[in-house]
Amino acid sequence: MGMTVAQKILARASGLASVNVGDVVEPAVDMAMSHENTALVINQFLEIFKGTGLEPRVWDPSKVAVIFDHRVPAESAKTATNQKKVREFAAAQGIGKFHDVRGDSGGICHQVMAEEGYDRPGAVIVGADSHTTSHGALGALAFGVGATEMASVWALGRAVNIQVPATIKVVLSGRLNPAVTPKDVILHLVGLLTAEGANFKVVEFHGDAIAAMPTSGRLVLCNMSVEAGATSGIVPADAETVRYLREEAGVSDPLELVQPDPDAAYDRVIELDVSTLGPQIACPHTVDNVKGVGAVAGTKVHQIVIGSCTNGRLDDLEEAARRLKGRKIAKDVRMLVFPASWKIYREAMQRGYLGDLMEAGAVIMNPGCGCCLGIHEGALGDGETALSTTNRNFHGRMGNPNSDVYLCSPAVAAASAMSGVITDPRKED
Amino acid sequence: MATVVYKVGDDVSTDAIYPGRFMATVLPSETPQFCFADDKTFNTALQQKAIAPGGIIVGGQNFGCGSSREQAASTIKGHGLVVIARGFARIFLQNSINLGLRTIICPALEAEVGDEIALMPAHVRNVTRSADFPIVPLPSARQAIIDAGGLIAYTRTRLVADRAK
Repeated sequence: MGMTVAQKILARASGLASVNVGDVVEPAVDMAMSHENTALVINQFLEIFKGTGLEPRVWDPSKVAVIFDHRVPAESAKTATNQKKVREFAAAQGIGKFHDVRGDSGGICHQVMAEEGYDRPGAVIVGADSHTTSHGALGALAFGVGATEMASVWALGRAVNIQVPATIKVVLSGRLNPAVTPKDVILHLVGLLTAEGANFKVVEFHGDAIAAMPTSGRLVLCNMSVEAGATSGIVPADAETVRYLREEAGVSDPLELVQPDPDAAYDRVIELDVSTLGPQIACPHTVDNVKGVGAVAGTKVHQIVIGSCTNGRLDDLEEAARRLKGRKIAKDVRMLVFPASWKIYREAMQRGYLGDLMEAGAVIMNPGCGCCLGIHEGALGDGETALSTTNRNFHGRMGNPNSDVYLCSPAVAAASAMSGVITDPRKED
Repeated sequence: MATVVYKVGDDVSTDAIYPGRFMATVLPSETPQFCFADDKTFNTALQQKAIAPGGIIVGGQNFGCGSSREQAASTIKGHGLVVIARGFARIFLQNSINLGLRTIICPALEAEVGDEIALMPAHVRNVTRSADFPIVPLPSARQAIIDAGGLIAYTRTRLVADRAK
Protein backbone atom coordinates (compact mmCIF):
# COMPACT_ATOMS: atom_id res chain seq x y z
CA MET A 1 0.00 0.00 0.00
CA GLY A 2 1.27 3.45 -0.89
CA MET A 3 1.76 6.31 1.50
CA THR A 4 0.20 9.76 1.93
CA VAL A 5 2.39 12.86 2.23
CA ALA A 6 2.12 12.72 6.03
CA GLN A 7 3.20 9.05 6.07
CA LYS A 8 6.15 9.73 3.78
CA ILE A 9 7.37 12.65 5.85
CA LEU A 10 7.00 10.74 9.13
CA ALA A 11 8.78 7.69 7.67
CA ARG A 12 11.71 9.78 6.45
CA ALA A 13 11.98 11.72 9.72
CA SER A 14 11.79 8.52 11.77
CA GLY A 15 14.44 6.70 9.72
CA LEU A 16 11.95 4.13 8.40
CA ALA A 17 11.26 2.91 4.86
CA SER A 18 7.52 3.12 5.41
CA VAL A 19 4.94 3.67 8.13
CA ASN A 20 1.31 2.61 8.48
CA VAL A 21 -1.53 4.62 9.94
CA GLY A 22 -1.57 3.97 13.69
CA ASP A 23 2.15 3.18 13.97
CA VAL A 24 3.92 4.94 16.81
CA VAL A 25 6.98 6.86 15.64
CA GLU A 26 9.48 9.42 16.90
CA PRO A 27 10.17 11.83 14.05
CA ALA A 28 13.19 14.09 14.14
CA VAL A 29 11.99 17.70 14.20
CA ASP A 30 13.25 20.08 11.50
CA MET A 31 11.85 23.25 13.01
CA ALA A 32 10.38 24.05 16.43
CA MET A 33 8.50 27.34 16.69
CA SER A 34 7.02 29.16 19.66
CA HIS A 35 5.88 32.70 20.52
CA GLU A 36 5.33 34.48 23.85
CA ASN A 37 4.39 31.12 25.39
CA THR A 38 8.11 30.38 25.13
CA ALA A 39 8.13 31.72 28.71
CA LEU A 40 6.24 28.57 29.76
CA VAL A 41 8.33 26.37 27.44
CA ILE A 42 11.49 27.60 29.18
CA ASN A 43 9.97 26.85 32.59
CA GLN A 44 9.11 23.26 31.54
CA PHE A 45 12.45 22.83 29.74
CA LEU A 46 14.38 23.69 32.90
CA GLU A 47 12.15 21.27 34.86
CA ILE A 48 13.14 18.45 32.51
CA PHE A 49 16.83 19.02 33.23
CA LYS A 50 16.36 19.23 37.02
CA GLY A 51 18.37 16.60 38.86
CA THR A 52 20.02 15.24 35.70
CA GLY A 53 23.32 17.05 36.16
CA LEU A 54 23.08 18.02 32.49
CA GLU A 55 23.35 21.58 31.30
CA PRO A 56 20.02 22.77 29.82
CA ARG A 57 20.79 23.35 26.12
CA VAL A 58 18.31 23.15 23.25
CA TRP A 59 19.22 20.23 20.99
CA ASP A 60 19.94 22.39 17.93
CA PRO A 61 19.57 26.19 18.18
CA SER A 62 19.42 26.50 14.37
CA LYS A 63 16.16 24.52 14.39
CA VAL A 64 14.43 26.65 17.00
CA ALA A 65 12.40 29.74 16.03
CA VAL A 66 11.00 32.17 18.58
CA ILE A 67 8.70 34.88 17.25
CA PHE A 68 6.90 37.44 19.44
CA ASP A 69 3.41 38.16 18.14
CA HIS A 70 0.69 37.55 20.72
CA ARG A 71 1.07 40.69 22.82
CA VAL A 72 3.31 43.12 20.96
CA PRO A 73 4.44 45.57 22.18
CA ALA A 74 3.85 44.21 25.69
CA GLU A 75 0.46 45.16 27.15
CA SER A 76 1.49 44.59 30.77
CA ALA A 77 4.46 44.40 33.08
CA LYS A 78 3.90 40.65 33.32
CA THR A 79 4.18 40.14 29.55
CA ALA A 80 7.14 42.51 29.29
CA THR A 81 8.94 40.55 32.01
CA ASN A 82 8.19 37.24 30.29
CA GLN A 83 9.40 38.65 26.96
CA LYS A 84 12.59 39.83 28.67
CA LYS A 85 13.14 36.34 30.07
CA VAL A 86 12.66 34.80 26.61
CA ARG A 87 14.97 37.39 24.99
CA GLU A 88 17.74 36.53 27.44
CA PHE A 89 17.21 32.80 26.97
CA ALA A 90 17.34 33.10 23.15
CA ALA A 91 20.63 35.00 23.40
CA ALA A 92 22.14 32.54 25.88
CA GLN A 93 21.13 29.53 23.76
CA GLY A 94 22.30 31.08 20.48
CA ILE A 95 18.84 30.99 18.89
CA GLY A 96 19.35 33.00 15.70
CA LYS A 97 15.77 32.69 14.45
CA PHE A 98 14.52 35.01 17.17
CA HIS A 99 12.15 37.76 16.06
CA ASP A 100 11.75 40.43 18.69
CA VAL A 101 9.45 43.46 18.77
CA ARG A 102 10.80 45.58 15.91
CA GLY A 103 9.67 47.03 12.60
CA ASP A 104 12.38 45.75 10.26
CA SER A 105 11.52 42.05 10.62
CA GLY A 106 9.10 39.70 12.31
CA GLY A 107 5.34 39.79 12.66
CA ILE A 108 2.86 36.98 13.18
CA CYS A 109 4.77 33.72 13.65
CA HIS A 110 3.05 31.70 10.92
CA GLN A 111 3.66 34.36 8.27
CA VAL A 112 7.25 34.96 9.39
CA MET A 113 8.04 31.22 9.20
CA ALA A 114 6.88 31.14 5.57
CA GLU A 115 8.45 34.37 4.34
CA GLU A 116 11.77 33.84 6.13
CA GLY A 117 12.09 30.43 4.45
CA TYR A 118 11.96 28.46 7.72
CA ASP A 119 9.26 26.24 6.17
CA ARG A 120 10.41 23.54 3.75
CA PRO A 121 8.51 20.84 1.89
CA GLY A 122 9.01 17.44 3.51
CA ALA A 123 9.95 18.95 6.88
CA VAL A 124 8.51 18.06 10.28
CA ILE A 125 7.52 21.35 11.92
CA VAL A 126 6.11 21.63 15.41
CA GLY A 127 4.75 24.85 16.84
CA ALA A 128 3.43 25.76 20.26
CA ASP A 129 0.38 27.25 18.58
CA SER A 130 -2.65 25.48 17.13
CA HIS A 131 -2.43 27.34 13.79
CA THR A 132 0.92 25.68 13.09
CA THR A 133 -1.13 23.72 10.53
CA SER A 134 -0.45 26.77 8.29
CA HIS A 135 3.00 25.52 7.29
CA GLY A 136 1.57 22.57 5.41
CA ALA A 137 0.90 25.16 2.68
CA LEU A 138 4.57 24.67 1.75
CA GLY A 139 4.41 20.88 1.76
CA ALA A 140 5.58 20.34 5.34
CA LEU A 141 3.97 18.17 8.02
CA ALA A 142 3.28 20.80 10.65
CA PHE A 143 1.29 20.40 13.84
CA GLY A 144 0.52 22.27 17.03
CA VAL A 145 1.70 21.14 20.44
CA GLY A 146 1.48 22.44 24.00
CA ALA A 147 4.34 24.15 25.80
CA THR A 148 5.50 21.05 27.70
CA GLU A 149 5.66 19.04 24.49
CA MET A 150 7.70 21.84 22.92
CA ALA A 151 10.08 21.67 25.90
CA SER A 152 10.41 17.93 25.27
CA VAL A 153 11.27 18.62 21.60
CA TRP A 154 13.85 21.21 22.65
CA ALA A 155 15.49 18.58 24.87
CA LEU A 156 15.31 15.54 22.58
CA GLY A 157 15.14 16.97 19.04
CA ARG A 158 12.24 14.72 18.18
CA ALA A 159 8.56 14.43 18.87
CA VAL A 160 7.99 11.38 21.04
CA ASN A 161 5.17 8.86 20.82
CA ILE A 162 3.53 10.20 17.67
CA GLN A 163 0.78 8.04 16.20
CA VAL A 164 0.80 8.14 12.38
CA PRO A 165 -2.47 9.91 11.47
CA ALA A 166 -4.98 8.94 8.80
CA THR A 167 -5.46 11.43 5.96
CA ILE A 168 -8.58 12.98 4.45
CA LYS A 169 -8.09 13.87 0.78
CA VAL A 170 -9.79 17.06 -0.36
CA VAL A 171 -9.95 17.60 -4.12
CA LEU A 172 -10.81 21.16 -5.14
CA SER A 173 -11.78 21.70 -8.76
CA GLY A 174 -13.02 24.67 -10.77
CA ARG A 175 -12.37 28.40 -10.63
CA LEU A 176 -13.30 30.73 -7.81
CA ASN A 177 -15.94 33.29 -8.74
CA PRO A 178 -15.19 37.02 -8.36
CA ALA A 179 -15.33 38.10 -4.69
CA VAL A 180 -14.97 34.46 -3.59
CA THR A 181 -11.65 33.56 -1.98
CA PRO A 182 -9.71 30.68 -0.37
CA LYS A 183 -11.23 31.84 2.96
CA ASP A 184 -14.69 31.00 1.64
CA VAL A 185 -13.43 27.57 0.55
CA ILE A 186 -12.04 26.68 3.97
CA LEU A 187 -15.07 28.06 5.84
CA HIS A 188 -17.29 25.91 3.64
CA LEU A 189 -15.08 22.86 4.28
CA VAL A 190 -15.05 23.39 8.05
CA GLY A 191 -18.83 23.61 7.95
CA LEU A 192 -18.94 20.38 5.96
CA LEU A 193 -16.44 18.49 8.12
CA THR A 194 -17.65 20.02 11.44
CA ALA A 195 -15.37 21.24 14.22
CA GLU A 196 -14.21 17.71 15.03
CA GLY A 197 -14.55 16.05 11.62
CA ALA A 198 -10.79 15.92 11.06
CA ASN A 199 -9.74 15.43 14.71
CA PHE A 200 -6.52 13.33 14.85
CA LYS A 201 -6.36 13.39 11.02
CA VAL A 202 -4.44 15.18 8.29
CA VAL A 203 -6.16 17.04 5.46
CA GLU A 204 -4.29 16.76 2.13
CA PHE A 205 -5.36 19.24 -0.57
CA HIS A 206 -5.41 18.41 -4.29
CA GLY A 207 -7.06 19.51 -7.52
CA ASP A 208 -6.81 22.12 -10.26
CA ALA A 209 -8.11 24.83 -7.94
CA ILE A 210 -5.09 24.14 -5.70
CA ALA A 211 -2.67 24.11 -8.64
CA ALA A 212 -3.96 27.56 -9.61
CA MET A 213 -3.87 28.93 -6.04
CA PRO A 214 -0.87 31.00 -4.88
CA THR A 215 0.85 30.18 -1.59
CA SER A 216 -1.01 33.04 0.13
CA GLY A 217 -4.30 31.19 -0.45
CA ARG A 218 -2.88 27.78 0.45
CA LEU A 219 -1.79 29.28 3.77
CA VAL A 220 -5.43 30.20 4.45
CA LEU A 221 -6.62 26.63 3.76
CA CYS A 222 -3.95 24.99 5.92
CA ASN A 223 -4.20 27.62 8.65
CA MET A 224 -7.87 26.90 9.25
CA SER A 225 -7.70 23.11 8.79
CA VAL A 226 -7.29 22.98 12.56
CA GLU A 227 -10.79 24.44 12.89
CA ALA A 228 -12.04 21.05 11.72
CA GLY A 229 -9.74 19.51 14.32
CA ALA A 230 -7.03 18.50 11.83
CA THR A 231 -3.56 17.64 13.09
CA SER A 232 -2.16 19.13 9.88
CA GLY A 233 -3.27 20.53 6.54
CA ILE A 234 -0.94 19.77 3.63
CA VAL A 235 -0.67 20.98 0.07
CA PRO A 236 1.80 18.62 -1.65
CA ALA A 237 4.70 20.76 -2.85
CA ASP A 238 4.62 21.82 -6.52
CA ALA A 239 5.97 24.48 -8.90
CA GLU A 240 4.23 27.24 -6.93
CA THR A 241 5.89 26.02 -3.71
CA VAL A 242 9.28 26.25 -5.40
CA ARG A 243 8.47 29.68 -6.83
CA TYR A 244 7.41 31.02 -3.43
CA LEU A 245 10.42 29.65 -1.55
CA ARG A 246 12.92 30.74 -4.21
CA GLU A 247 11.47 34.12 -5.19
CA GLU A 248 9.73 35.33 -2.06
CA ALA A 249 11.48 33.53 0.80
CA GLY A 250 15.00 33.57 -0.69
CA VAL A 251 15.61 29.85 -0.16
CA SER A 252 18.45 28.51 -2.32
CA ASP A 253 19.13 24.99 -0.97
CA PRO A 254 17.68 21.87 -2.63
CA LEU A 255 13.98 21.19 -2.06
CA GLU A 256 12.37 17.77 -1.75
CA LEU A 257 8.87 17.95 -3.20
CA VAL A 258 7.23 15.08 -1.32
CA GLN A 259 4.25 13.63 -3.20
CA PRO A 260 1.72 11.02 -2.11
CA ASP A 261 1.94 7.61 -3.75
CA PRO A 262 -0.73 7.03 -6.44
CA ASP A 263 -2.10 4.14 -4.36
CA ALA A 264 -2.02 5.95 -1.03
CA ALA A 265 -4.96 5.01 1.22
CA TYR A 266 -7.22 7.82 2.38
CA ASP A 267 -9.65 7.80 5.26
CA ARG A 268 -12.12 9.74 3.15
CA VAL A 269 -12.17 11.72 -0.12
CA ILE A 270 -14.09 14.99 -0.39
CA GLU A 271 -14.57 16.57 -3.81
CA LEU A 272 -15.65 20.17 -4.13
CA ASP A 273 -16.19 22.32 -7.21
CA VAL A 274 -15.22 25.76 -5.88
CA SER A 275 -17.07 27.52 -8.72
CA THR A 276 -20.31 26.58 -6.92
CA LEU A 277 -19.35 28.65 -3.85
CA GLY A 278 -20.39 32.15 -2.88
CA PRO A 279 -19.04 34.15 0.07
CA GLN A 280 -19.31 32.22 3.36
CA ILE A 281 -19.76 33.38 6.95
CA ALA A 282 -19.00 31.46 10.17
CA CYS A 283 -21.63 32.58 12.65
CA PRO A 284 -21.34 32.72 16.45
CA HIS A 285 -20.09 30.82 18.40
CA THR A 286 -18.45 27.95 16.49
CA VAL A 287 -16.34 28.01 13.34
CA ASP A 288 -18.40 25.20 11.80
CA ASN A 289 -21.62 27.24 12.03
CA VAL A 290 -21.17 28.30 8.40
CA LYS A 291 -23.81 29.94 6.19
CA GLY A 292 -23.87 31.69 2.82
CA VAL A 293 -23.51 35.45 3.25
CA GLY A 294 -27.14 35.95 2.21
CA ALA A 295 -28.40 34.18 5.35
CA VAL A 296 -26.93 36.86 7.65
CA ALA A 297 -26.76 39.89 5.30
CA GLY A 298 -28.02 43.00 7.05
CA THR A 299 -26.67 42.03 10.49
CA LYS A 300 -25.37 45.19 12.20
CA VAL A 301 -21.63 45.19 12.97
CA HIS A 302 -19.63 47.47 15.26
CA GLN A 303 -16.07 46.38 14.52
CA ILE A 304 -14.44 45.09 11.35
CA VAL A 305 -11.10 43.30 11.64
CA ILE A 306 -8.93 42.57 8.61
CA GLY A 307 -5.68 40.73 9.17
CA SER A 308 -4.18 37.96 11.34
CA CYS A 309 -2.28 34.80 10.38
CA THR A 310 -5.33 33.84 8.32
CA ASN A 311 -5.98 36.91 6.16
CA GLY A 312 -3.34 39.59 6.73
CA ARG A 313 -1.31 39.03 3.57
CA LEU A 314 -0.67 41.45 0.72
CA ASP A 315 -3.49 40.12 -1.49
CA ASP A 316 -5.92 40.47 1.43
CA LEU A 317 -4.92 44.09 2.06
CA GLU A 318 -5.03 44.79 -1.69
CA GLU A 319 -8.60 43.43 -1.87
CA ALA A 320 -9.69 45.63 1.04
CA ALA A 321 -7.89 48.72 -0.29
CA ARG A 322 -9.33 48.28 -3.76
CA ARG A 323 -12.85 48.23 -2.35
CA LEU A 324 -12.36 51.08 0.12
CA LYS A 325 -10.23 53.47 -1.96
CA GLY A 326 -11.99 56.82 -2.18
CA ARG A 327 -14.87 55.54 -0.02
CA LYS A 328 -15.66 55.85 3.67
CA ILE A 329 -16.26 53.31 6.41
CA ALA A 330 -19.71 53.74 7.99
CA LYS A 331 -19.72 56.29 10.80
CA ASP A 332 -20.62 53.91 13.63
CA VAL A 333 -18.13 51.22 12.58
CA ARG A 334 -14.48 50.99 13.57
CA MET A 335 -12.13 49.04 11.35
CA LEU A 336 -8.82 47.59 12.49
CA VAL A 337 -6.21 46.28 10.06
CA PHE A 338 -3.46 43.91 11.20
CA PRO A 339 -0.92 43.10 8.45
CA ALA A 340 0.49 39.59 9.02
CA SER A 341 4.13 40.72 9.07
CA TRP A 342 6.28 43.83 8.93
CA LYS A 343 7.40 42.84 5.44
CA ILE A 344 3.76 42.91 4.32
CA TYR A 345 3.14 46.13 6.25
CA ARG A 346 6.03 47.82 4.42
CA GLU A 347 4.97 46.57 0.99
CA ALA A 348 1.33 47.52 1.58
CA MET A 349 2.54 50.97 2.63
CA GLN A 350 4.70 51.37 -0.49
CA ARG A 351 1.85 50.28 -2.75
CA GLY A 352 -0.48 52.76 -1.11
CA TYR A 353 -2.92 50.19 0.32
CA LEU A 354 -2.47 51.37 3.89
CA GLY A 355 -2.99 55.00 2.88
CA ASP A 356 -6.20 54.10 1.04
CA LEU A 357 -7.47 52.20 4.07
CA MET A 358 -6.58 55.03 6.46
CA GLU A 359 -8.32 57.59 4.25
CA ALA A 360 -11.42 55.40 4.39
CA GLY A 361 -11.24 55.50 8.18
CA ALA A 362 -9.41 52.29 9.08
CA VAL A 363 -6.88 52.13 11.93
CA ILE A 364 -3.65 50.41 10.85
CA MET A 365 -2.31 48.32 13.72
CA ASN A 366 1.08 46.69 14.04
CA PRO A 367 1.31 43.01 13.04
CA GLY A 368 0.10 40.80 15.89
CA CYS A 369 -2.45 38.29 17.16
CA GLY A 370 -3.79 40.23 20.15
CA CYS A 371 -7.17 41.31 18.81
CA CYS A 372 -8.09 37.89 17.36
CA LEU A 373 -7.89 36.20 20.74
CA GLY A 374 -8.92 39.12 22.90
CA ILE A 375 -5.64 39.69 24.71
CA HIS A 376 -4.29 42.92 23.29
CA GLU A 377 -6.26 45.80 21.73
CA GLY A 378 -9.50 45.72 19.78
CA ALA A 379 -11.73 44.24 22.51
CA LEU A 380 -15.50 44.37 21.96
CA GLY A 381 -18.05 46.11 24.19
CA ASP A 382 -21.04 44.38 25.76
CA GLY A 383 -23.60 43.51 23.10
CA GLU A 384 -21.29 44.40 20.23
CA THR A 385 -20.71 42.41 17.05
CA ALA A 386 -17.48 42.00 15.12
CA LEU A 387 -17.05 40.87 11.53
CA SER A 388 -13.54 39.54 11.21
CA THR A 389 -11.21 37.83 8.76
CA THR A 390 -9.56 35.97 11.66
CA ASN A 391 -10.02 32.26 12.37
CA ARG A 392 -12.11 31.79 15.53
CA ASN A 393 -15.45 33.03 16.78
CA PHE A 394 -15.71 31.14 20.06
CA HIS A 395 -17.71 32.61 22.89
CA GLY A 396 -15.62 35.44 24.37
CA ARG A 397 -12.91 35.08 21.75
CA MET A 398 -12.48 38.81 21.08
CA GLY A 399 -12.12 39.65 24.76
CA ASN A 400 -15.76 39.84 25.84
CA PRO A 401 -18.15 36.94 26.54
CA ASN A 402 -21.08 39.33 25.91
CA SER A 403 -20.27 39.87 22.24
CA ASP A 404 -20.55 38.10 18.88
CA VAL A 405 -17.89 37.39 16.25
CA TYR A 406 -18.68 36.50 12.63
CA LEU A 407 -15.84 35.26 10.38
CA CYS A 408 -15.49 36.11 6.70
CA SER A 409 -13.14 36.94 3.82
CA PRO A 410 -11.47 40.34 3.34
CA ALA A 411 -13.91 41.03 0.46
CA VAL A 412 -16.94 40.61 2.73
CA ALA A 413 -15.26 42.57 5.53
CA ALA A 414 -14.45 45.53 3.26
CA ALA A 415 -17.90 45.62 1.66
CA SER A 416 -19.53 45.46 5.11
CA ALA A 417 -17.30 48.21 6.52
CA MET A 418 -18.90 50.74 4.19
CA SER A 419 -22.50 49.73 4.90
CA GLY A 420 -22.12 48.92 8.59
CA VAL A 421 -24.02 45.68 8.10
CA ILE A 422 -22.94 42.27 6.78
CA THR A 423 -22.92 42.77 3.02
CA ASP A 424 -22.49 40.48 0.02
CA PRO A 425 -19.43 41.87 -1.81
CA ARG A 426 -20.85 40.72 -5.15
CA LYS A 427 -23.50 43.44 -4.80
CA GLU A 428 -20.68 46.01 -4.79
CA ASP A 429 -18.84 44.72 -7.86
CA MET B 1 -16.96 7.58 44.24
CA ALA B 2 -16.84 11.11 42.83
CA THR B 3 -19.43 13.80 42.17
CA VAL B 4 -20.16 15.61 38.91
CA VAL B 5 -19.42 19.25 39.74
CA TYR B 6 -19.82 20.84 36.31
CA LYS B 7 -21.28 19.98 32.95
CA VAL B 8 -20.69 21.56 29.53
CA GLY B 9 -21.88 20.84 25.99
CA ASP B 10 -20.08 19.99 22.74
CA ASP B 11 -17.15 21.92 21.23
CA VAL B 12 -16.13 23.69 24.43
CA SER B 13 -13.02 25.60 23.41
CA THR B 14 -9.89 26.34 25.39
CA ASP B 15 -11.04 29.99 25.17
CA ALA B 16 -13.97 28.98 27.41
CA ILE B 17 -11.79 26.93 29.75
CA TYR B 18 -9.08 29.57 30.03
CA PRO B 19 -9.97 32.89 28.33
CA GLY B 20 -7.28 34.45 26.16
CA ARG B 21 -7.14 37.64 28.19
CA PHE B 22 -5.45 35.70 31.02
CA MET B 23 -2.79 34.13 28.81
CA ALA B 24 -0.02 36.35 30.14
CA THR B 25 -0.27 34.07 33.19
CA VAL B 26 1.52 30.86 32.28
CA LEU B 27 2.78 29.02 35.34
CA PRO B 28 0.73 26.00 36.47
CA SER B 29 0.91 27.35 40.02
CA GLU B 30 -0.88 30.54 38.92
CA THR B 31 -3.39 29.42 36.27
CA PRO B 32 -6.08 27.82 38.52
CA GLN B 33 -7.56 31.23 39.44
CA PHE B 34 -8.86 31.70 35.86
CA CYS B 35 -10.50 28.29 35.39
CA PHE B 36 -13.72 28.80 33.34
CA ALA B 37 -13.35 32.49 34.25
CA ASP B 38 -16.29 33.61 32.09
CA ASP B 39 -18.64 31.44 34.17
CA LYS B 40 -18.59 33.60 37.29
CA THR B 41 -20.62 31.15 39.41
CA PHE B 42 -18.40 28.13 38.77
CA ASN B 43 -15.16 30.13 38.89
CA THR B 44 -16.16 31.71 42.22
CA ALA B 45 -17.04 28.31 43.69
CA LEU B 46 -13.62 27.00 42.62
CA GLN B 47 -11.82 30.03 44.02
CA GLN B 48 -13.65 29.71 47.36
CA LYS B 49 -12.68 26.01 47.51
CA ALA B 50 -16.39 25.12 47.59
CA ILE B 51 -15.62 22.33 45.11
CA ALA B 52 -13.58 19.46 46.47
CA PRO B 53 -10.68 17.95 44.53
CA GLY B 54 -11.64 14.74 42.75
CA GLY B 55 -14.82 16.27 41.38
CA ILE B 56 -15.78 15.53 37.80
CA ILE B 57 -16.29 17.86 34.86
CA VAL B 58 -18.56 16.27 32.26
CA GLY B 59 -17.91 17.36 28.69
CA GLY B 60 -19.53 16.66 25.32
CA GLN B 61 -17.83 16.05 21.98
CA ASN B 62 -14.56 17.79 21.05
CA PHE B 63 -13.81 19.08 24.55
CA GLY B 64 -10.87 21.51 24.53
CA CYS B 65 -10.96 22.44 20.85
CA GLY B 66 -9.15 25.49 19.50
CA SER B 67 -6.03 27.07 20.92
CA SER B 68 -3.12 24.90 22.05
CA ARG B 69 -2.76 26.94 25.26
CA GLU B 70 -1.60 24.55 27.94
CA GLN B 71 -3.15 26.73 30.63
CA ALA B 72 -6.48 25.06 29.78
CA ALA B 73 -5.14 21.76 31.13
CA SER B 74 -3.11 23.17 34.03
CA THR B 75 -6.01 25.33 35.27
CA ILE B 76 -8.27 22.25 35.67
CA LYS B 77 -5.49 20.10 37.08
CA GLY B 78 -4.76 22.82 39.64
CA HIS B 79 -8.17 22.20 41.18
CA GLY B 80 -7.66 18.44 41.24
CA LEU B 81 -10.63 17.81 38.95
CA VAL B 82 -11.14 14.96 36.45
CA VAL B 83 -12.61 15.47 32.96
CA ILE B 84 -14.89 12.83 31.46
CA ALA B 85 -15.98 13.77 27.95
CA ARG B 86 -17.64 12.13 24.97
CA GLY B 87 -14.54 13.15 23.02
CA PHE B 88 -11.50 15.43 23.25
CA ALA B 89 -9.71 17.65 20.75
CA ARG B 90 -6.22 16.32 19.98
CA ILE B 91 -3.98 19.04 21.43
CA PHE B 92 -6.00 19.39 24.65
CA LEU B 93 -5.95 15.64 25.23
CA GLN B 94 -2.21 15.55 24.62
CA ASN B 95 -1.59 18.51 26.95
CA SER B 96 -3.68 16.82 29.64
CA ILE B 97 -1.71 13.59 29.39
CA ASN B 98 1.55 15.55 29.36
CA LEU B 99 0.62 17.40 32.55
CA GLY B 100 -1.07 14.47 34.29
CA LEU B 101 -4.62 15.86 34.18
CA ARG B 102 -6.88 12.81 34.34
CA THR B 103 -9.06 12.58 31.24
CA ILE B 104 -11.52 9.82 30.38
CA ILE B 105 -13.10 9.30 26.95
CA CYS B 106 -16.65 8.06 27.37
CA PRO B 107 -18.60 8.49 24.10
CA ALA B 108 -22.10 7.64 25.39
CA LEU B 109 -21.84 9.23 28.81
CA GLU B 110 -25.04 10.49 30.42
CA ALA B 111 -24.56 12.39 33.66
CA GLU B 112 -25.80 15.54 35.34
CA VAL B 113 -24.34 17.83 37.97
CA GLY B 114 -24.68 16.16 41.37
CA ASP B 115 -24.59 12.59 40.04
CA GLU B 116 -22.32 10.17 41.85
CA ILE B 117 -19.82 8.48 39.54
CA ALA B 118 -17.62 5.42 40.05
CA LEU B 119 -14.61 5.12 37.73
CA MET B 120 -14.10 1.50 36.70
CA PRO B 121 -11.27 0.22 34.48
CA ALA B 122 -13.43 -0.29 31.37
CA HIS B 123 -16.45 1.88 32.08
CA VAL B 124 -17.87 4.81 33.94
CA ARG B 125 -20.67 3.89 36.36
CA ASN B 126 -23.27 6.54 37.00
CA VAL B 127 -24.32 5.30 40.42
CA THR B 128 -27.13 7.86 40.75
CA ARG B 129 -28.76 6.62 37.52
CA SER B 130 -27.64 2.98 37.81
CA ALA B 131 -26.09 3.02 34.35
CA ASP B 132 -22.71 1.99 32.94
CA PHE B 133 -21.00 3.70 30.00
CA PRO B 134 -17.99 2.15 28.23
CA ILE B 135 -14.64 3.94 28.13
CA VAL B 136 -12.53 4.30 25.00
CA PRO B 137 -8.88 3.81 25.99
CA LEU B 138 -6.55 6.81 25.67
CA PRO B 139 -4.22 6.59 22.64
CA SER B 140 -1.86 3.69 23.31
CA ALA B 141 1.03 5.78 21.97
CA ARG B 142 0.68 7.92 25.08
CA GLN B 143 0.66 5.13 27.66
CA ALA B 144 4.37 5.43 28.40
CA ILE B 145 3.91 9.12 29.23
CA ILE B 146 0.93 8.36 31.48
CA ASP B 147 2.91 5.60 33.21
CA ALA B 148 5.81 8.00 33.80
CA GLY B 149 3.43 10.48 35.45
CA GLY B 150 3.70 13.06 32.69
CA LEU B 151 5.90 14.28 29.88
CA ILE B 152 8.47 16.10 32.01
CA ALA B 153 9.41 12.94 33.91
CA TYR B 154 9.21 10.86 30.73
CA THR B 155 11.45 13.22 28.74
CA ARG B 156 13.92 13.47 31.63
CA THR B 157 14.40 9.69 31.55
CA ARG B 158 14.74 9.68 27.77
CA LEU B 159 17.18 12.60 27.86
CA VAL B 160 19.46 10.90 30.35
CA ALA B 161 19.37 7.71 28.24
CA ASP B 162 20.15 9.71 25.07
CA ARG B 163 23.12 11.48 26.61
CA ALA B 164 24.50 8.23 28.05
CA LYS B 165 24.79 6.79 24.53
